[in-house]
Amino acid sequence: MNKDALSWGAIFGQMIIQFAPVLILLVITFALSLAFKRRLGLYGKLFDSTVGMIGLAMVLFWVFTAFFAGVFDMVATHNPLDQSALMKKALPGTPYSKLIGTPDPNAGAYYLLGGDNLGRDVFSRVIAGSIKVILIAPFATIFAFMVGITLGLPAGYYGGRFDTVLSFLSNLVLAFPVILLFYLLVTPEIVQTGIPVYMAAVLFIFPLVFLVILWNSRYHTQPKKRNIFVGLTLVIGLWVYLGSAWDADPLGLISFPPNVLVVFVSVVFVNSPTVFRIVRGLVLDIKTRDYVAAAQTRGEGPWYIMLWEILPNARGPLLVDFCLRIGYTTILLGTLGFFGLGLESESADWGKMIIDGRRLLSANILHIAIPPALALLTLVLGLNFLADGLREESLRD
Amino acid sequence: MGTFILRRVGVMILTALCLTFIVFFLTNLYPNLEKLAKTQGNFRMSDEEVATFLNNRGYLQPTVTKYGQWLGVLPGYVIEGTDGKVRARCAAPGQPIEEAPSFCGVLQGNWGFSTTIKQDVGGIILEKLGLTGILMFWVMLLMVPSALILGVLAGMREGSRLDRSLSTFSISTTATPEYVSGVLFIAIFASSAVGLKWFKGTATSAMDNVTFENFFLPVLTIAAYGMGYIARMTRASMAEVMTSQYIRTARLKGVSFPNIVMKHALRNALIAPFTVIMLQFPWLLNGVVIVETLFNYKGFGWTLVLAAGNNDIELLLGVSVVSVFVVLVTQLISDIGYVYLNPRISVS
Repeated sequence: MNKDALSWGAIFGQMIIQFAPVLILLVITFALSLAFKRRLGLYGKLFDSTVGMIGLAMVLFWVFTAFFAGVFDMVATHNPLDQSALMKKALPGTPYSKLIGTPDPNAGAYYLLGGDNLGRDVFSRVIAGSIKVILIAPFATIFAFMVGITLGLPAGYYGGRFDTVLSFLSNLVLAFPVILLFYLLVTPEIVQTGIPVYMAAVLFIFPLVFLVILWNSRYHTQPKKRNIFVGLTLVIGLWVYLGSAWDADPLGLISFPPNVLVVFVSVVFVNSPTVFRIVRGLVLDIKTRDYVAAAQTRGEGPWYIMLWEILPNARGPLLVDFCLRIGYTTILLGTLGFFGLGLESESADWGKMIIDGRRLLSANILHIAIPPALALLTLVLGLNFLADGLREESLRD
Repeated sequence: MGTFILRRVGVMILTALCLTFIVFFLTNLYPNLEKLAKTQGNFRMSDEEVATFLNNRGYLQPTVTKYGQWLGVLPGYVIEGTDGKVRARCAAPGQPIEEAPSFCGVLQGNWGFSTTIKQDVGGIILEKLGLTGILMFWVMLLMVPSALILGVLAGMREGSRLDRSLSTFSISTTATPEYVSGVLFIAIFASSAVGLKWFKGTATSAMDNVTFENFFLPVLTIAAYGMGYIARMTRASMAEVMTSQYIRTARLKGVSFPNIVMKHALRNALIAPFTVIMLQFPWLLNGVVIVETLFNYKGFGWTLVLAAGNNDIELLLGVSVVSVFVVLVTQLISDIGYVYLNPRISVS
């Protein structure tokens, strides 16, 4: 192999070719959304704000990248775990070669962003890292919201001793330095004791409880419809619950690898007290409104009022916080990787790649640490811009 | 006011007790103790050897008993080991058992002994807190004024181009975690690949001698993350004040714009950011852990990582007590300060 290394221009050209499906889908999404923005509600209004549009583009870029890479195996050029002794710390644009064995014929001809300290392709590892983040961060945030909403609504609505106890507990979790909590929870020793499984068992029950109460409070006057909704939720929910929390799926389809479970659980655990506080504060504000009093006079049950009167009216601030919190969760996942907690040493993780590359910065090797840092930065920045755009547009309502 | 503070202090003590117990419980789980025994003794110990090792050193007593001993409300253990040696929790190395005091816990001022650094926890924590204190001092000195200036400039004319660009800037700084900005700063300002080489990429030498060159990057990294948030709060509060009646009156009277901002708006606009600045402390604590690891500055955060990584129980407890104390005290100060600064709120 005596190909020349690529120039920076050629590297960017190649990268754009690799990202082509992502960019095409992005352009299509934007063209369609702009054309029909008046009919798309709040999502359409987002296209009136420049910051919101930039944010959405940055977020969708990574979502589509993870989608194409995870489902069709497209964007990445190499296997993220494949090592090559000849490519250790190779500069960006170095032709791909292998010391032992023949190179994979399907793999790309170049390491576009160079090789890391074990000779793996940095570009493909950044892409592989995006799959992990895009899979975990939004779901962990949704779970945290379910926990926060299910507990925050009654705490704010009823107040009293229930509220005092829950507020005390949430302040307890919030007073912990997050990193200390991670160090205590996300270690192989703790996984051995089974504590993460018990925590998952408690935390994962909340979405189920939330949905059951949601359907029941809405349709308790129409038992037939109620039974269908609640029954479906229970069957699907319990199946997912058994598979994810207890790893006891009777069909053997759903399971969580233990080290992902512990990361997931601790991220949910850290986020839910803050969501709880936000929801509780919003409920305290909204429950004094006239339409709540009207519903009470009509004789609606407390859960109907909480879930179908108060919650929809709190959606603006909650949606904004949801975007911000996905960003924060991404930062937390990076922090875990940064301290080497909760993942196999091999796996591609942005935080882990950054700390690995950090050690080589003093040797003037920048291309290992900078790409994952920029990837994480663009995703979190995009989510923050998106939240800012949403805030602006929902305030204008 | 008195009962308010008293009640808050009561809740604080209860919180601190709960939190330390949680840390105590988690660090004293058997797999963690096993790891501790293997790092202390040797890695090839069999399960029975681990059990006797732990039993001889009092690790296998019930967790509540151990917690009481650590706290100093229960007498320290005196255990005659299977190897014939008698060990007492309260006996200093070389001190005869009979002369050792029977209580030795945090309440008696005895924070225990670190198994990794091999020193008294109290001494380690004091030393490390001093180092981190220097870091925090410079962070505050950089962060607070620049955040307030950013926020006031952005908030004085809401919706202007200046406001938009400054707001975007502050969103960007809050969205950049320390481990990303730190790495970028090192790459740009400290490596010879870019060629600027203005600063040093590590802050190890700053532990003896703080200079601009070796200390600016860690300070900037922590300050940048916290700055954006304070700036946004200041902007919101400033924008609200600028729409109030008395500002309009001042404008109609013909007071110049700089005078309105400096003399009329500023003081009222700075009440809200005060509490936010105080509540930033817990967040800064996280930043400190990351930045001290990133820049190899052996302060408090670095100690936390060391203690947690090695399951150094008593050091970790000491670190958690201090950090929890910092968090709770800043919360208390921010509440009291808010009441004092804002005449519209009273607690009684």
